[in-house]
Amino acid sequence: MEKDAVLEMRGICKYFPGVRALEQVDFTLREGEIHALMGENGAGKSTLIKVLTGVYPKDGGTVWLKGTGSAIHIKSPQDAQSHGIATVYQEITLCPNLTVAENMYIARTKGAFTNWKKINQDAGKLLDELGIPVNPAEQLGNCSIAVQQMVAIARAVDMDCKVLILDEPTSSLDEQEVQKLFKLMRDLKAKGVGIIFVTHFLEQVYEVCDRITVLRDGQLVGEYIIEELPRVQLVSKMLGKDFDDMAEIKSDADAEKVDYNGTPVYQAINLTGTTGIKPFDFEIHKGEVNGFTGLLGSGRSESVRAIFGADRVVGGKVMIDGKEVKIRKPLDAMKHGISYLPEDRKLDGIVGDLSVRDNIILALQVMKGFFKPFSRAQAEAFADEYIKLLNIKTASSDTPIKSLSGGNQQKVILARWLLANPVYLILDEPTRGIDVGTKVEIQKLVLKLAAEGKSVTFISSEIDEMIRTCSRLVVMRDGKVVGELKGNDLNQNKIMATIAGGESK
Amino acid sequence: MSVNTNAIGGKRLNKRASLTDTNLLLIITIAVFFVMYIMAIVFLGKGFTKPQMFFNILNENASLLVLSCGMTLVMITGGIDISVGQVTSLVCMACAVNLEFNGGNVFTSMLIALGIGLAFGIVQGFLVAYLEFQPFIVTLAGMFFAKGMTTIICSDRVNVTEPGFDALSKTEVTVPFMGSYNKVGDFIPAFVEIGVIVAILVVVLLFVFLRWTKLGRSFYAVGGNNQSANMLGINVKLTKFLAHVLCGLCAGIGGYLFFLHARSGSPLHAQGAEMNAIASSIIGGTMLSGGVGNIVGTLFGVLSLATIKNIVTSLGLDDPWWTNITVAAMLCIFLLVQSVILARKNKNKK
Amino acid sequence: MTTSEKKISTGNSAKGFFGKLVSNQLFIPLAALLLLVIFNLIADPTFFKISLEPSSTGYYILSGNLISIIDNASELAILAIGMTLVTSASGGQDISVGSAIAIAGSVVLRIAKGYSAGISNGQFAGMIIGAFVLCVIVAALFGAFNGALVAFFKIQPMVATLILFTAGRSIAAWINNNENISINDTRFGYFGNFLPGIPIPTPVFISAACMIIIAIVLKVTNLRLYSQAVGINASSSRLNGINPKVIKLLTFIILGACVAVCGFIKVSRTSSITYAVIANNIEMDAILAVALGGNNLGGGKFNMTASILGAYVIQFLTTTLFKFKVSSSAISAYKAVVVILLIIMSAPVVRKWFSDLKNKRTAAKAQVRKEGA
Repeated sequence: MEKDAVLEMRGICKYFPGVRALEQVDFTLREGEIHALMGENGAGKSTLIKVLTGVYPKDGGTVWLKGTGSAIHIKSPQDAQSHGIATVYQEITLCPNLTVAENMYIARTKGAFTNWKKINQDAGKLLDELGIPVNPAEQLGNCSIAVQQMVAIARAVDMDCKVLILDEPTSSLDEQEVQKLFKLMRDLKAKGVGIIFVTHFLEQVYEVCDRITVLRDGQLVGEYIIEELPRVQLVSKMLGKDFDDMAEIKSDADAEKVDYNGTPVYQAINLTGTTGIKPFDFEIHKGEVNGFTGLLGSGRSESVRAIFGADRVVGGKVMIDGKEVKIRKPLDAMKHGISYLPEDRKLDGIVGDLSVRDNIILALQVMKGFFKPFSRAQAEAFADEYIKLLNIKTASSDTPIKSLSGGNQQKVILARWLLANPVYLILDEPTRGIDVGTKVEIQKLVLKLAAEGKSVTFISSEIDEMIRTCSRLVVMRDGKVVGELKGNDLNQNKIMATIAGGESK
Repeated sequence: MSVNTNAIGGKRLNKRASLTDTNLLLIITIAVFFVMYIMAIVFLGKGFTKPQMFFNILNENASLLVLSCGMTLVMITGGIDISVGQVTSLVCMACAVNLEFNGGNVFTSMLIALGIGLAFGIVQGFLVAYLEFQPFIVTLAGMFFAKGMTTIICSDRVNVTEPGFDALSKTEVTVPFMGSYNKVGDFIPAFVEIGVIVAILVVVLLFVFLRWTKLGRSFYAVGGNNQSANMLGINVKLTKFLAHVLCGLCAGIGGYLFFLHARSGSPLHAQGAEMNAIASSIIGGTMLSGGVGNIVGTLFGVLSLATIKNIVTSLGLDDPWWTNITVAAMLCIFLLVQSVILARKNKNKK
Repeated sequence: MTTSEKKISTGNSAKGFFGKLVSNQLFIPLAALLLLVIFNLIADPTFFKISLEPSSTGYYILSGNLISIIDNASELAILAIGMTLVTSASGGQDISVGSAIAIAGSVVLRIAKGYSAGISNGQFAGMIIGAFVLCVIVAALFGAFNGALVAFFKIQPMVATLILFTAGRSIAAWINNNENISINDTRFGYFGNFLPGIPIPTPVFISAACMIIIAIVLKVTNLRLYSQAVGINASSSRLNGINPKVIKLLTFIILGACVAVCGFIKVSRTSSITYAVIANNIEMDAILAVALGGNNLGGGKFNMTASILGAYVIQFLTTTLFKFKVSSSAISAYKAVVVILLIIMSAPVVRKWFSDLKNKRTAAKAQVRKEGA
């Protein structure tokens, strides 16, 4: 063990059915440092954190903590807590039905009884110190998401921890709250606490961190001191060596020209949803690839869900090929030739226990009707065709989709919607959490579809991907469309500036 | 100093903290009870103004009260236990046979009651918590097992005549300062059976348990969101297990109270008691989805249920089916109320 | 290509065959059936005796334990059909089926009691059809009530059906004013016993008809795909154009229709009704049938054949227990033990233990083989 290390993880492995989540990953955290854990979606950051905190049992490797002579086995989150590892997770892991103070002190105080007066006082004191505006006796579920996240952080901070893990804590915080958090982190660092900071925001990493460990596809890329790793390099380390491969795609995209003067394939005027987005106008033309971009929670997913009728739509006019139609529910959209690949593959996309075949034919089957099932032979023919076309790696079309890897699952969902033969295809984060090879395949496929005359909306968290595939970008902020970028404006700086809303620096 | 004022400020804020789900449902329940009782007095008059009428409701429902408390515990952790009615029946039969045929005394019969309750709680709790099976299926099996065992022990009614037990079961405790005057003008003090004392004791203990002990609070945490509870460092499996054990224990105690009141064992005892217990808990503001509930609410739930049953019978709808239909209707209404509250909350969040 | 592979791995193919057999969903019910048959063969071979004897009505009928099993399992098999669908789509079970059968039966008797025994065959047939249709409508409405609570109010199925479970028998009694009705017309008993001149009990034909109907329904509609998809991932199904609420409601209505048929058979068997006892505990058996068929009680994929087979296995078990003089109410204790064993066997945790154990063993074997090579 290194001399000033508080935590060392060596050769950590973790497998899920059909997925290699972590393979021989090493990680070292030193006393009084803020250590960024970076990687794309699906690189294994969260899995590594969950192994460290005992949520998942590890399949291999060893963990040492300062002060413990031998390797330790962390069996559960309680165990991690008792070892001095405090965690704030990306998704809020507090109980909404308890009060703020209870959430901060539950399972931590000594004795068999809860001293309400004391925890309310202590919590009030701490919350005041951290400047979190909330009543300790308030039920947590009644607080805003940002406050809930801050309460989770307050809880972790209050534990006398050696290691503090912050797994994307800033995604729901505003700039001021982020600065509060950073101040807190620096204070703790000064006290010798080791902090693991997982985030997507590069600026934040360079603002507050000392060291960076990069993961890619469940493997360790390397550990770097922050000053020695410029941003561009960090991005290329995170993305891997497929940079050139992707650059080649772009040239294809540029070759395509879209007729913007014709009747739009899909046009929405003043479309009003119920999920916190402002009414918006939108149109897409034949053969066009457009994108929605914006930060997490900016309303980009909610917008396309409204287009597809996935969430309730309460107002506005929708025209397909210039004819007004009503889209109230997904089936309406499907019948008008719109397909939608949802953002959350596991929750909204796959039907886990069903076979690959059933998953592929599902949408087309529903469109065909309840009383007209496909024959087995027909279904098999469809499935085999698309398994081959998209190069889906599966033992057979009978295999349950849940046992496939993330990338192949995504391809099955793509196959489902391609089989439905849409005129307008919406892909919400189709490349999230899948391997780089498949990402490139999907991007190529998008461009190919556009070349064949289909319209595509492509959403991705990675701006590079968007620039490469889209010919027009709709930028959103706080549930509102704030800009539309085309042609030469389609570059990283301009997009960033529009998202941020300020003047470009 | 400034810290102090802040803390005090925080405490003052306390009162303004918006209503928790538990309190909201509790208020509804208490209101429902009072409305019902007042309705009973207005429409049925006479009897309902006498304290003894109220205490008779307690006398008859002491067992149900304890069963409902146990049910509330399990429901707060997000589970359910539908075996409690048949366990009650089994306890009655086992105790009756012990006292009548096997030369047992009051003490052994109590041990048997607690033993049976605990055994069911432990086995079901293990299956639910550690083997992660649906509580409904597990306790459904438990229910049928208890039902079968009752008839295996004895398939006929057994009346208990053991003197020690008889004396205990007939003990009446006078309620101080309460009572009514009869036609002649004599003061007749109100009384409760010994079972009521036990039931009230259970209510108080469990109320303290749920409000102030860490284990009690972890019941709420587990029911609120068991993954979060796990992340917060609560042993979710142990908590669920203990909830079932406590519920089993309550079934044992409740079973014995039923036995004390009925003074007999019979396979037909406590038929449908689990439904009444679930209904009481739900009427008392315990959410099926877990994490929300209160023992005081359950107390009022039992009282509401008993009162409405009384009203229904007094209205002349004394055909046996009306009580069941009433219970079911109340259950239905309160389930719908919960469902609507839940839906509204989810909407607000979005 | 495949044949050559097979030849090479003859050693493994036997195990593979066995493995396939064990992993087949029909394995559990078939194995249980086999176990019961063997047990009865050893205990008392006359158990399987079937005879053709004249009955009290003068016609030759088949009798014997096997016949009574197939006969008595009819209601359960019919219920298992509906219960399987409900389980698949809603991930829970309907515990009100016994009470609902009481209601359905009560409705039939309410119609039938108004007619004198003297009516002509034609009139009688009309009355029966009317009674049957009405009872299907009533039961389907109660099914829809349950389904609506589950689908639209998002109440767990078992708790939602608790309402009808509590009230059902009382409603049944209320329909007929708690009278003890007894129908004297022998024709009324045809559907629960024997048709004149036919040696096989009528319920067997009725249940066979139900099975054929459900087989056709599953063939010509997408009920299977839809209910499985809804049961596995309702959110995803919705985004694929399925309306999960309607599908859940539909399965409960189908179960309601099954309940109606059962109620009809039940009251025809005895030409009378006892509100508190009719179809007692049948909900437990129906759920058990679904579980025994290896179907996940948490919803999703289902195997209808296995469920129906499960129903017959349970009846076989019941009849066997009766044979050993176990009283009818004590039987539930034994069945509960079976359920608990099933629960333990099918619990994901236990399955994981088993698969881990198996993996370890195969890994160890591979190790040995490697070292040997």
